[in-house]
Amino acid sequence: MGPDTRALAVHLAVIALLIGCWFVLPQYHTGNLARILVLATFASAYNLVFGYTGLLSLGHALFFAAGMYGLGIVMQHGGVSALPAWVFGVACAATVGLVTGALALRTSGVAFMIVTLMFAQAGYLCVLYFGDWTRGDEGFVIARTARNLIGIDLADERVRYFAGVCLFGSSLLGIGQLVRSGFGKTLIAIRENEERARMLGYDVQRCKLIAVVISAALAGAAGAAYALLFGYVGASFAAVQYSILPLLWTLLGGAGTTLGPLLGTLVMFYLVDYASDITDAYLLVVGVALILATLFLPQGIVGTLRRRVLRWLP
Amino acid sequence: MEFGPHLVLALLEGSITAAVLALTAAGLAIVFGILRVVNVAHGEFFMLGAVIAWFVTTTLADVFGASPAVGFACAAIIAPLTTGLIAMLTDKLVLSRINYDPERTIVATIGLLYVLQQLTLMSFGPDARPVEAPFNTRIALPWPELGPNGWALSWPWGFGTTTYKLFVIVAAASVLVSLWLLLKHTRIGLIMRATEQDRDMATAFGVRVNRVYSRVFGLGAALAALGAVLVVPIQQAHYLMGGDPLLLSFIVVIIGGLGSVSGTVLAAVIIGLTDGIVSVFFSATLAKIIATVAVALVLVFRPQGLLGHRAP
Repeated sequence: MGPDTRALAVHLAVIALLIGCWFVLPQYHTGNLARILVLATFASAYNLVFGYTGLLSLGHALFFAAGMYGLGIVMQHGGVSALPAWVFGVACAATVGLVTGALALRTSGVAFMIVTLMFAQAGYLCVLYFGDWTRGDEGFVIARTARNLIGIDLADERVRYFAGVCLFGSSLLGIGQLVRSGFGKTLIAIRENEERARMLGYDVQRCKLIAVVISAALAGAAGAAYALLFGYVGASFAAVQYSILPLLWTLLGGAGTTLGPLLGTLVMFYLVDYASDITDAYLLVVGVALILATLFLPQGIVGTLRRRVLRWLP
Repeated sequence: MEFGPHLVLALLEGSITAAVLALTAAGLAIVFGILRVVNVAHGEFFMLGAVIAWFVTTTLADVFGASPAVGFACAAIIAPLTTGLIAMLTDKLVLSRINYDPERTIVATIGLLYVLQQLTLMSFGPDARPVEAPFNTRIALPWPELGPNGWALSWPWGFGTTTYKLFVIVAAASVLVSLWLLLKHTRIGLIMRATEQDRDMATAFGVRVNRVYSRVFGLGAALAALGAVLVVPIQQAHYLMGGDPLLLSFIVVIIGGLGSVSGTVLAAVIIGLTDGIVSVFFSATLAKIIATVAVALVLVFRPQGLLGHRAP
């Protein structure tokens, strides 16, 4: 088997495993997994920019929230049905990604991190400022009756789980294909040595911008799906924490690996879940994990596995 | 009150913000200038300063029955010192191990932010707690008004300030002057500037660069803590209070030109005064939106800062 077929086989096996989980795991865990899958899609979107293109963005909450509020606002105030609202959410996120990306990509390194952080902060403050539309800090609930897709009730546990699998599965296959394509390899070349990629004649700026827009659209798709499946749109999803979390998930799981974001999200979700049983200060776990990951696991779980044992991991 | 006294009041409040901000941002600026890293946990060092100040003043008052003035004086020494030591410890445990890599440092200091904040939540609790000012005499201010008998001084109700607020401005200014003297006119400052300009050359001349880094990181944190000690009798100590100073310090350091201390102080004065005026007359959220977008655009179109020269 060539590396491309093997990667495809691994991805299909993971999707099959996720489908299998529904029949084995108790309801509490499948409920968690549905959430994890949507968030892992968000992390995969982040991974495309951070892990494959080497751009450390601190503002991806902006895209997640753009998808979420894009969907939420047209459903709540415009009475639009679920599917077109979701498409609108994705389009919103892609547009926001195009505009902020075009500006932020004029900088690099630390300046890029701060610019993306600032844009996301401005987005968060906008959510608070336009409280008439967004209901500010409180957020709003999308009525259960509105949350159905051509007659299927999206609030149903089973539908929710398989919608999560569909979303994550297609993003996994999509990103798996993308990073093995010529364009994906150009992104990796930019990550490894931007000057050299430019010297070889690639339009580095354009490639980076495309990567940011794809990533923003996917993050928006995850945000819109989150609102649709769990029925809540809130300002906390636009806050700086939701820019940090995908970074943490990707970093912990392994940046630049297709399965890292899922694994990182899974591990962190359960760590935080257990920690919040013990203390209110569950974010402490996030902090400690971030520090330990930078100190000891710069390549993340999957990245370290790939380097030490399983060289064929995608 | 009319518009004139209102504006003066806004300016006065603004200069307190500016004074505290200048201290905090100067800390961030020297760390960025010399270590070339962005410390995202800087706001938490500010918060630690306030919390430690609360701890010191209440302990002294409860156990020894010390007056607020004595308590405050002790807090002004102990809080920056402790915060500085904590910062040096994190430098040794984390930053020096990842070799001050700019991007990894940001991730690690984000982690540090959560650790410090949540540990404070666990020990100090979620409540905001006040610290009593060492002295707090009200000064009513006069306002010239054109009456039927020509110009006369009136004393508008609520128009005034307190001795403590004036003290904050003077104290912050003198600390900043001392910092400037330290950087420009002492051997320590010379070593710091040498490290800033060329790390390898400084090493070749026998400067222990890692020790300089660790101390500068400590000094930066101590400056933030001192800013917090000064402001805590006006604000209150709370475990989430680090967010705003961090954001404002970022803004100030970026507009002042990354790493330049004098630019930072000037920018702090501008931002502090603007913030004072804007938040009196306009919505605070709108002001923040404009400020954050402005900062992002400054970084995009004028990365050397509005005032700074091009960074190396």
